[in-house]
Amino acid sequence: MASSGLKIAIVGGGLAGLAAAMKIAEAGHEVDLISVVPVKRSHSVCAQGGINGAVNTKGEGDSPAKHLDDTVYGGDFLANQPPVKRMTDMAPEIIYLFDRMGVPFSRTKEGLMDFRRFGGTLHHRTAFSGASTGQQLLYALDEQVRRYETTGKVTKYEGWEMLSLVLDDHQVCRGLVAMNLQTLELKSFAADAVIMATGGPGLIFGKSTNSMTCTGSATSACYQQGARYANGEFIQVHPTSIPGEDKLRLMSESARGEGGRVWVPRNPTDARKPKEIPDAERWYFLEEKYPAYGNLVPRDIATREIFQVCLEGHGVGGENQVYLDLTHIPADVLTERLGAILEIYEMFVGDDPRYVPMRIFPGVHYSMGGLWVDFEQRTNIPGLFAAGECDYSIHGANRLGANSLVSCVYGGFVAAPSAIDYAKNMERGSTETNGIHAAELKKQQGINDGIIANEGGENQYKLHEEMGKVMTDNVTVVRYNDRLKATDEKLLELQERFKNISINDSNLWATQAVPHARQLANMLNLARVITLGALNRNESRGAHYKPDFPERDDENFMKTTIAEYSEEAPILSYEPVDVSLVEPRKRDYSSGKKK
Amino acid sequence: MTTNAHIEKKRLDNPPASIKFKIQRREKEGAASHWETFEIPYRRNLNVISALMDIRKNPVTIEGKQTTPPVWDMSCLEQVCGICTMVIDGKVRQSCSALIDDLLLASGGDTVTLAPMSKFPNVRDLKVDRSKMFDHLKQVEAWIELDGTYDLGPGPHVTNELAQERYSYSRCMTCGCCLEACPQYGDDNYIGPQAIAQAHLFNMHPTGKANIDDRLNGLMGDDGITNCGNAQNCIKVCPMGIPLTKAIYETNRDITVNALFGWLKK
Repeated sequence: MASSGLKIAIVGGGLAGLAAAMKIAEAGHEVDLISVVPVKRSHSVCAQGGINGAVNTKGEGDSPAKHLDDTVYGGDFLANQPPVKRMTDMAPEIIYLFDRMGVPFSRTKEGLMDFRRFGGTLHHRTAFSGASTGQQLLYALDEQVRRYETTGKVTKYEGWEMLSLVLDDHQVCRGLVAMNLQTLELKSFAADAVIMATGGPGLIFGKSTNSMTCTGSATSACYQQGARYANGEFIQVHPTSIPGEDKLRLMSESARGEGGRVWVPRNPTDARKPKEIPDAERWYFLEEKYPAYGNLVPRDIATREIFQVCLEGHGVGGENQVYLDLTHIPADVLTERLGAILEIYEMFVGDDPRYVPMRIFPGVHYSMGGLWVDFEQRTNIPGLFAAGECDYSIHGANRLGANSLVSCVYGGFVAAPSAIDYAKNMERGSTETNGIHAAELKKQQGINDGIIANEGGENQYKLHEEMGKVMTDNVTVVRYNDRLKATDEKLLELQERFKNISINDSNLWATQAVPHARQLANMLNLARVITLGALNRNESRGAHYKPDFPERDDENFMKTTIAEYSEEAPILSYEPVDVSLVEPRKRDYSSGKKK
Repeated sequence: MTTNAHIEKKRLDNPPASIKFKIQRREKEGAASHWETFEIPYRRNLNVISALMDIRKNPVTIEGKQTTPPVWDMSCLEQVCGICTMVIDGKVRQSCSALIDDLLLASGGDTVTLAPMSKFPNVRDLKVDRSKMFDHLKQVEAWIELDGTYDLGPGPHVTNELAQERYSYSRCMTCGCCLEACPQYGDDNYIGPQAIAQAHLFNMHPTGKANIDDRLNGLMGDDGITNCGNAQNCIKVCPMGIPLTKAIYETNRDITVNALFGWLKK
């Protein structure tokens, strides 16, 4: 295929980035794909349970309209509804496309794709490939993009980290600057459009379910260069994770989708082994409080209930843990449908969950907020697009399980034609672009040189730990305004101390110290967006819960939070939410859905 | 289920107060390597990664010498991305799932030895460059050729049995354990088990079958499947339990069948 001459740079090689790369290459254009790790190792591999799409193969009368309703209802009416509708309409064909790519989805007896239940819905809507669906979907796209690599359409830059955008005098995005993580060489990538697909910012909270690459650094860089950041305060805390020294490992919602039950001993001092505690002496608190949805209430609700149960002293052994019990399900069924995640638990905890109830606790998992985009995945900076977890557009105040994989692919599939359309129509070759790449390179090199020369004695890894702790303590499940204010003060203190770090690595070859310092500076900026967004939102909605403001306040806060960078503090403003398709109503998961 | 005694895991009852980490250091590719030993306090639930994070924070050797922080790769920490693979106490595996208690139980000592994989360029310390493995995936065309990514409905009917068998191959995270352990792999003379298994994954698929000749061609060159010496080390070290030797056996059979009957297709 002849080259069109258009080049689009994509930052991030997870599901969203690869989905966009595949579409752009297929349309005959060139892609520079920049990724901190080999794309096959992106964080999408961690997604476990499945991908949602209302194919209605189980005779339940499911439909994309119901998927739309579940998604905006689960998201507590903070998402603009038109893009959600477009996604739920597209979801079945996305799943079928992956089926054609050879993803080994679990099948029914007839040889059709099987579907299971997930949180926040009463339908079997989730296609799955064992319990490593994200890995399988990512690999399918990785394979397709590798094919385009062999035809020269896609050029991968793996082991490169984006530092900044290259903007011209009119704030139009003309490319980006990235750093080679081996040599620390900086290079500018000229592009007709740039798509951000860099995932979430979990590492701001220190320990989370995210991969170590999920710093939010690149999105923060965009924000600091003028991109609007939306709904930053909406951070999903997953109800079931396995606490660890280095990270909180995810225990997929599919464990509950396959029948897993959450409980604690009715008597908090009951020291018997879980299997010796009779049913009557177990408190299945989710099933008791939410008879219709039971263990499959949306994540924000399950998380708050587990958190509260432990806070009130009902946690197993008096500690911050509850049982997630699968032991009533035959072991061979569990192995086939959940094997991969049960192996993770057994590997890291040592007990086999097929025979011993798992002990779990909530952990930071996903950012509903992200770069602001319009309905065509365009950010407010001309030439800059965003897709996947790093954009804010789909999940509102709370994301439903198995909606992330579909939203990543959807975002990539919309961003790609949108970026192509922009690139075709932009004014190119203008003299203004001369010199701007060199100037941005020089600026970024200067920042690196400053970090390397600094010998103030502060330890950047300790600063990171302090940030993670204060954010986890105060800006996760339960939020109070005085603590949020104190958190922002702490973040300001950390920003000051950051100016005095020493990188403690005299060998700059492949050093992790300089990249981590760059990430930390960016994380601190994004942490302030999250914290101040939470402080300003005096209501409770989805994942954002303030005991002092326990009700949802549609009149004042059915609005998207917009943060814009300034030296002093993020400038917050609010934008109305497009609820033109599903009329907002109060969430109630104790009974079947009210219409 | 009446008893679950069989799954009670052996625990480290008398842990040492501190653990030593003997780490192979190299400034950059081509430089000479040397060993440095670090010591950190013992804690329950430590894995190799959290120990390395501890050392990185304050890189001082057991002799009290300030040194550079060890460099290693890590990402998912759930043994699903493959990036943190290294040689731990002589065995190639992922460092995230290497629990200190288990290592000490196995060795009976208080020292853990960390070295980079030896079959790949050693970038620095414990970090290696495995990009060759992705080139091998190109060589065997490990993908399905689509007519296009537009909506063409679902794929072919597939039995659950075949889906499960393909799934077991599709879990390969390109970590390189099989290549590290393979006595035949090295110096570009053999493509190795991972690429053969990935070719097999697509040769088994109803649509993928259409391109079986191209994939087998990628395995019939000088570096091809005939270099396998049947040592069967690969299957022992694969962290995903992929039936690699079965893939090699069945691919060999496919090649034979193709050679015998290939002319009939012309």
